[in-house]
Amino acid sequence: MRIVCPFCGERELGEFTYLGDAKPRRPAADAGEDAVYDYVYLRDNIAGVMSEHWYHGGGCRTWLKIDRNTLTHEISSVEPATGAGARQVAK
Amino acid sequence: MSSNQSHRLPSGGLIDRSASLNFRFDGKTFSGFQGDTLASALVANGVKLVGRSFKYHRPRGILTAGSEEPNALVELRTGARREPNTKATTAELYEGLEAASQNRWPSLRHDLMAVNQLFAPIFVAGFYYKTFMWPAKFWEAIYEPAIRRAAGLGRAAGVADPDHYDKAWAHCDVLIAGSGPAGLAAALAAGRFGARVILCEEDFALGGRLLSDGGTIDGMPAAEWISRTLAELAALPDVRIMTRTTLFGVYDGGTYGALERVNDHLPSPPEHQVRQRLWRIVAKRCVVAAGAIERPIVFAGNDTPGVMMASGMRTYLERYAATPAKRAALFTNNEDGWRTVETALGAGLQIAAVVDARPDVSPAHRSLASKSGFPVLNGSVSAVDGGKDGVRRIAVSLTGGARAEVEADGLAVSGGWNPAVGLTSYHRGRPKWQEDIAAFVPDGAPPGMVAAGAANGAFSLGACLREGFAAGAQAARDAGRSGKAGSAPVAEDEAFSLTPLWHVVGKGKAFVDQQHDVTASDIELAHREGFESVEHLKRYTTLGMATDQGKTSNVAGLAIMAAVSGKSIPETGTTIYRPPFVPVAIGAFAGHHRDENFHATRLTPSHHWAAEQGAIFVDTGLWKRAQWYPRAGEKDWLESVTREVKAVRGGVGFCDVSTLGKIDVHGPDAGAFLDRVYINTFSNLAVGKARYGLMLREDGMVYDDGTTSRLAEDHYFLTTTTAKAGPVMQHLEFCRQVLFPELDVQLTSVSDQWAQFSIAGPKTRDLLREMVDPAEDLSNEGFPFMGAREVALRGGIKARLFRISFSGEMAFEISVPARHGDALVRNLMQAGKQFGVTPYGTEALGVMRIEKGHVAGPELSGTTTAADLGLGKMMSTKKDFIGRVMAGREALVAADRQVVVGIKPTDKASRLRSGAHIIPKGEIPGPGNDQGYVTSVCFSPMLDQWIGLGLVERGRERIGEIVHAHDPLRGEDYDVELCNPVFYDPEGGRQRG
Ligand SMILES: [Zn+2]
Repeated sequence: MRIVCPFCGERELGEFTYLGDAKPRRPAADAGEDAVYDYVYLRDNIAGVMSEHWYHGGGCRTWLKIDRNTLTHEISSVEPATGAGARQVAK
Repeated sequence: MSSNQSHRLPSGGLIDRSASLNFRFDGKTFSGFQGDTLASALVANGVKLVGRSFKYHRPRGILTAGSEEPNALVELRTGARREPNTKATTAELYEGLEAASQNRWPSLRHDLMAVNQLFAPIFVAGFYYKTFMWPAKFWEAIYEPAIRRAAGLGRAAGVADPDHYDKAWAHCDVLIAGSGPAGLAAALAAGRFGARVILCEEDFALGGRLLSDGGTIDGMPAAEWISRTLAELAALPDVRIMTRTTLFGVYDGGTYGALERVNDHLPSPPEHQVRQRLWRIVAKRCVVAAGAIERPIVFAGNDTPGVMMASGMRTYLERYAATPAKRAALFTNNEDGWRTVETALGAGLQIAAVVDARPDVSPAHRSLASKSGFPVLNGSVSAVDGGKDGVRRIAVSLTGGARAEVEADGLAVSGGWNPAVGLTSYHRGRPKWQEDIAAFVPDGAPPGMVAAGAANGAFSLGACLREGFAAGAQAARDAGRSGKAGSAPVAEDEAFSLTPLWHVVGKGKAFVDQQHDVTASDIELAHREGFESVEHLKRYTTLGMATDQGKTSNVAGLAIMAAVSGKSIPETGTTIYRPPFVPVAIGAFAGHHRDENFHATRLTPSHHWAAEQGAIFVDTGLWKRAQWYPRAGEKDWLESVTREVKAVRGGVGFCDVSTLGKIDVHGPDAGAFLDRVYINTFSNLAVGKARYGLMLREDGMVYDDGTTSRLAEDHYFLTTTTAKAGPVMQHLEFCRQVLFPELDVQLTSVSDQWAQFSIAGPKTRDLLREMVDPAEDLSNEGFPFMGAREVALRGGIKARLFRISFSGEMAFEISVPARHGDALVRNLMQAGKQFGVTPYGTEALGVMRIEKGHVAGPELSGTTTAADLGLGKMMSTKKDFIGRVMAGREALVAADRQVVVGIKPTDKASRLRSGAHIIPKGEIPGPGNDQGYVTSVCFSPMLDQWIGLGLVERGRERIGEIVHAHDPLRGEDYDVELCNPVFYDPEGGRQRG
């Protein structure tokens, strides 16, 4: 598998680490135990296109949000996760 | 003296007759020529019997001339380089080659195990599964050992592989598999477009079937066209041709696996060269021109030595000038088989007869037959009479019911051709059935790939050239290249007519899968027993599961299954195709990653110095750390470690702690960031101070711990445990980039930038004063406990000094840029001589942390909470942090959790061991009363007995209680006392002194 990192270009799978479903959002401090429980444990497992977090640890150390078809490994979108990197790219 | 190549034609063939090569097969010496394979050299020497079969030990010969060979498997080379199951048909001949036949005892000609044929009924389809139903005793004592001795293939060398293997990457626009007419035409077109082309050919010679079948291309003989084409390709800017390289797999994103047999054609690789190289090739487009594989027809005795694929016989005659038979017959169901007759006649062989299953044979062939004086029999071969010396007689069932017999010493068989659909089917693709050639052809392919020529079901030479050329041009265009490709090479479109015939029903064993000894009746039996799905059929009969992956047998097996189940072949379907296309040595996948290079090795800054001292090293992750420093006269590790501990606690010692993960945290929000990732607060830490911190996972369990210092208002220096250095960096980047992007903070890994040493013991200050600039105040007031700041060393180098203690002694950690680490340690020894400074290793470090009750890896097991570790009070209630909410769950704050407690044997002389279970005293151990276990132990030099830490239910409330330690693994039972985990200096006065 090959991933086109927005900072480093096309790189081989071995440079990246997979985390999983990128959809869950960390709840606010006062959201309560149920919300945090859902955030920590509930994950989508889609047979099809899924947004996922990947880490380019063998390159620029950016956390990426990647849309990947879990049936074909086809990658339709790669962008920096929401942090500082994303702000830089947006400029 | 070598034999005389009795079966070599006087002229012809792509062999170098000036380069004679001697080789040995089963101890007998033969000769061949440069350009031979082992198989062609055996054929040239009249050797027909080359192996015994897998289950029945039947005599077997050479069936094919390519990588699809199921029978002619040998042990190649000797000693550590002995490789079993090597195909004689692809092994290149070299001077001194040694090969041995497989699966026979005591010799190939007199194989006692051939009695297995008498027990044939127990080796039927599913025999392995069926024997599991027998009484276990019988299975273990008799059956399994007997099968292991009787069945099987070659023997592995049994010792380490002496060769080296390499792994490499390559990138191109157009990757081409195969150098036959379609592959070469594709390379021409793509190359003329200026594309970066890589062409892989598994053979050592280029040309594919053209080398055996010849033909006329663009008005010239095929050989001349090949050499002109290769010359043009060589002149193109970026066309790379890799021979002896098999494309074996297709992976995601246009990545392909290829195995290059760099030096397998030599006795052993030249010095400093690899044996094989595993290529990962990234290609924008791929043209599969891998050709087709001729398929057998299944009939009784079809495994007799001397029965050979028609195309294989042509290859031996034409390419190698070797004669597999003197008087050959042909059994065919298609037009292409007749080519072998033409080639054989041209080579001076007698043709005994042609058995053609088709109702009508062309007038041209009939006139050839009458001119050459051989009969054309309309019908099928029903049996072969012969044995280990080869074919003697062939029985023919004529259409209409009559029988005939033909005397021949060889039988060429052609059942048609199967396109090599492996590569195009590797992404769970299913090939489709094409009626006119009665074969599966690709139905689509993985992204970026296309099949051309015979691999796509186009069997005429003209069509192969056209398809290859068009596919090459299109691939180059798709890869973004443009230009003029000129016109495609032109050749005739010879006719291909075929009447499907898979299995001739008759008496005697008729083999479908010759490598796994699967017969037509095995398939029929599997069907009767209800195994109708092809995936079940495959596993139940083991059809196609040998090292040849059923290249010559799968489709025939499906056809027979279809016939007995009354379905069509496309309805029956194929099994899933999976790489690798040919066996690939594990060594090639490992490459250089073996032995001491299995993983990277990280050396601490003091490593070379420690090695000079004779330190014993221990692997901790990728690191090599000094475990202890033995001295002359010390009888064991315990004596050395005890000395080191006493030297530290009584004087001064030092230990390299550079393996700790180190992260610089910069930015105006650095403190706020740390508050969110640690359970305790760092934003209020004063500049110049250090603080111990604990991180949780989001699920509330402890993740990692370490000391973090504030070096400036906007600069913290964070340390992690050695094991979690990488994962914590990744976790913190996730927090920074994904969870808290609003914080203005940056992280830099500086683990490798700093050499860090712990200096501990009551004389630490005395030693440090020799090292640092006299102007630096190291007094308790000038540098209090948990102080952290930069200091100047004598000579001007800047160092960071942290007054932190893991040992419980008065201690500092000093860090200098990594390049000064070696000098620092040598200076410490020099300056410390007067104080008896003692280097200590990870064992002494561990002893002192257990004596002080500090938790480490065994306690930070991923299942413990901060409160379990006795650190619950560190959890801030004034802020949110990772893991806060989940840490409050009912079960994680339950009163009966297993918590860290000290443990010591009641008998002071008794040893304590990690892993022992804690059971209430007087009870019989069982899962119901298991209250925890011992996590860490050491012999404490200060207490003069074994001590330990453990996780024990309600442990902190039970200090002083005598419980039972039960160690079923080591068969030990003894009483222990639960105690305060801080065994030594519980008031902590020493580290503050
Ligand atoms: Zn990157």
